[in-house]
Amino acid sequence: MLFHAFLIKYAEIAIKGKNRYLFEDALVKQIRQALSRVEGEFAVQKEQGRIYVFCPESYDYEETLDALRHVFGIVGICPVRIFEDRGLEETARDVVGYMESCHPDFSGTFKVYTRRARKTYPVPSMEVSAQIGGHILEAFPRARVDVHEPELTISVEIREKIYVYSQTIRGAGGMPVGTNGKATLLLSGGIDSPVAGYMIAKRGVQIEAVYFHAPPYTSERAKQKVVDLARLVARYSGPIRLYVVNFTDIQLYIYDQCPHDELTILMRRYMMRIAEYFAKKDKSLGLITGESIGQVASQTMHSLAATDEVCTLPVYRPVIGFDKQEIVEIARQIQTFDTSIQPYEDCCTIFVAKHPVTKPNLKVIRRSEGKLSEKIEELVKTAQETAEVLEIE
Amino acid sequence: MEAYFDNSATTRCSAGVRDIVVKAMTEDFGNPSAMHRKGVEAEQYIRRTSEILAGTLKVSPKEILYTSGGTESDNLAVFGAAQAGRRRGLHVITSAVEHPAVAQPMEALREQGYEVTVLPVDSRGVVRMDALEEALRPDTILVSVMYVNNETGSVMPVEQMGKQIHARSPQALFHVDAIQAFGKYRIYPRRTGIDLLSVSSHKIHGPKGCGFLYVRDGVRIRPQILGGGQQNGMRSGTDNVPGIAGLGEAAREAYEDFEEKTARLYALKERMAAGLETIPDVRVNGMPLPEAAPHILSITFPGIRSEVLLHALEERGIYVSAGSACASHKSRPSTTLTAMGLSTKEAQSAIRVSFSEENTPEEVDYTLEVLKELVPMLRRYSRH
Repeated sequence: MLFHAFLIKYAEIAIKGKNRYLFEDALVKQIRQALSRVEGEFAVQKEQGRIYVFCPESYDYEETLDALRHVFGIVGICPVRIFEDRGLEETARDVVGYMESCHPDFSGTFKVYTRRARKTYPVPSMEVSAQIGGHILEAFPRARVDVHEPELTISVEIREKIYVYSQTIRGAGGMPVGTNGKATLLLSGGIDSPVAGYMIAKRGVQIEAVYFHAPPYTSERAKQKVVDLARLVARYSGPIRLYVVNFTDIQLYIYDQCPHDELTILMRRYMMRIAEYFAKKDKSLGLITGESIGQVASQTMHSLAATDEVCTLPVYRPVIGFDKQEIVEIARQIQTFDTSIQPYEDCCTIFVAKHPVTKPNLKVIRRSEGKLSEKIEELVKTAQETAEVLEIE
Repeated sequence: MEAYFDNSATTRCSAGVRDIVVKAMTEDFGNPSAMHRKGVEAEQYIRRTSEILAGTLKVSPKEILYTSGGTESDNLAVFGAAQAGRRRGLHVITSAVEHPAVAQPMEALREQGYEVTVLPVDSRGVVRMDALEEALRPDTILVSVMYVNNETGSVMPVEQMGKQIHARSPQALFHVDAIQAFGKYRIYPRRTGIDLLSVSSHKIHGPKGCGFLYVRDGVRIRPQILGGGQQNGMRSGTDNVPGIAGLGEAAREAYEDFEEKTARLYALKERMAAGLETIPDVRVNGMPLPEAAPHILSITFPGIRSEVLLHALEERGIYVSAGSACASHKSRPSTTLTAMGLSTKEAQSAIRVSFSEENTPEEVDYTLEVLKELVPMLRRYSRH
């Protein structure tokens, strides 16, 4: 195998002072989790401010890289080749061999950067770099040294063995999940909410999700689609607990009792209440929605204020200022888009009025809710108690 | 109670079919093309099925060509006949209510430069004979029409059509998609003037992934799958012995006590239709009952989207389909129903109930009870 290990680079963690070890431990845990889906035994080790992933003798490079690119907290991934230490002369030859396979016919500017983790190594770092550089110049006649702005930096780390790397592949960024508490995502089958979940998870937040379905108006397949979406988000966020709430009776009751142009906003308010119930039960610190200002009637500033009013937890809306196209781009990048556009009806679109209110008046909305007083508490309670709980890996 | 009324989508394998399939997979698993005894043993299953099918259709076992199912049989018939006949003419005829397994290949032929005439249907969903008469020409090389429509159960006048076709277009081959008809009608291709006939196994309690195309002796069609030259080079690929064995057994069972079974299917369907009359504003689509196929009932419930009714029935253990199962993944309404003159709205409010001899009168009564309760409720909560 060309590469024996991956050096994991992380940035934000480094500045976290005393908490640093917590973050590193969380990152190591997330990396292990991601790699558990890849065939083979990988060893993830934290040593001297670095995280190394040591690969088994035979493994799938692309699959491994793909798994690592889904881990928040990783800024860069460097594929590393490891050589036995058989003296500087041999090491220089090894590095030339590495160059020949990774950068054949290299003709640009480069520098060699040596770091001695093993301080007992007899030759100072600068001299090691110089000697290896000399060998490279000999083998690659069109290459030139530039120590200030090289096109290629070849890193040589002297440890028990010699570690060589020169490429950095971009990681997912953000912070390791598990370092910033937990939040509860209102997950529909659409494009926006999986993106919203992804974005909050990227800041190190563990995710739970609530999905409202309305059989017989929505189908088993619509539910399956949401499970599939949760699974895609979980590739980044780690396991997600998904509550599937049967919302039909509440919806029909509102339909029976209240003006139809207020249906959507009233429904949203009950969804928020129910989501908050699960959030508090599981000690989530906030709710997440995929709303963006003005996208639809229920997402005007007035409507958002009217939905927010019913909950005490903060509501996070990471795509609030995004245009649809910008959300779609992220959805494509995290590969939720193709699933999101499957044509199954979700419960928000079933009874939607032709002209829903866009500037709901809070007094009017509260008065409408008053008309529900007879049965609504009972219905909400039933919805909470009968929710199906799915653990999505 | 569970009531499975989606038998035109697929059926449950019978116990007899299951046993023979398992035996062909685990005991007599040889490759029928092999020269040794294991191959000969496997080949026996194919012989047996061919004999059953030939007996049922009153044709020769040599005229049976095994395929992966209805879709492949239809594709092979349409492409195979059109390609083999292209020197004699480029005109082909089909109907407006064909299954996509015929309609899509026809569309492909059009793109390849063939002239395709699509025959209209009347309000009962039956191909109009006057339109066929008008369409037939000396350079017509293929007419492909289904026997029983999969969405409405309407029955096409294939015998009359056969006569017309061969009288007016001596060059033309007559292909009949009998996927919903086999096992429900006694079909005799020779007497009816059918040159090619498609049948699928899983619609008659056989396994999925198997079917056949009857190809009249002397008819030349172009093979579509090339390879090891199995089935005289007409359809390469290792023979699907378990599938073929199951198909044979299913066909045998389908025509056992045939009259009695057909009568039972009609009785179930009539019971359902009679019960529906007690629900306000419900319409049965297609032909009047005794003329239509015994096992398919298309019903429109104005004011209710078929998907919603389907899921509501599902919650109560009743399984039906919205339009045809294949069309229901798209939100477009059924082309068959709109071809019959139904509006888009009406077509989107249609469900299909399809019976098998495993269904009981109790299941029908239960379904009627549920419908009586559901229909008024669902109508109340219809979309604005």
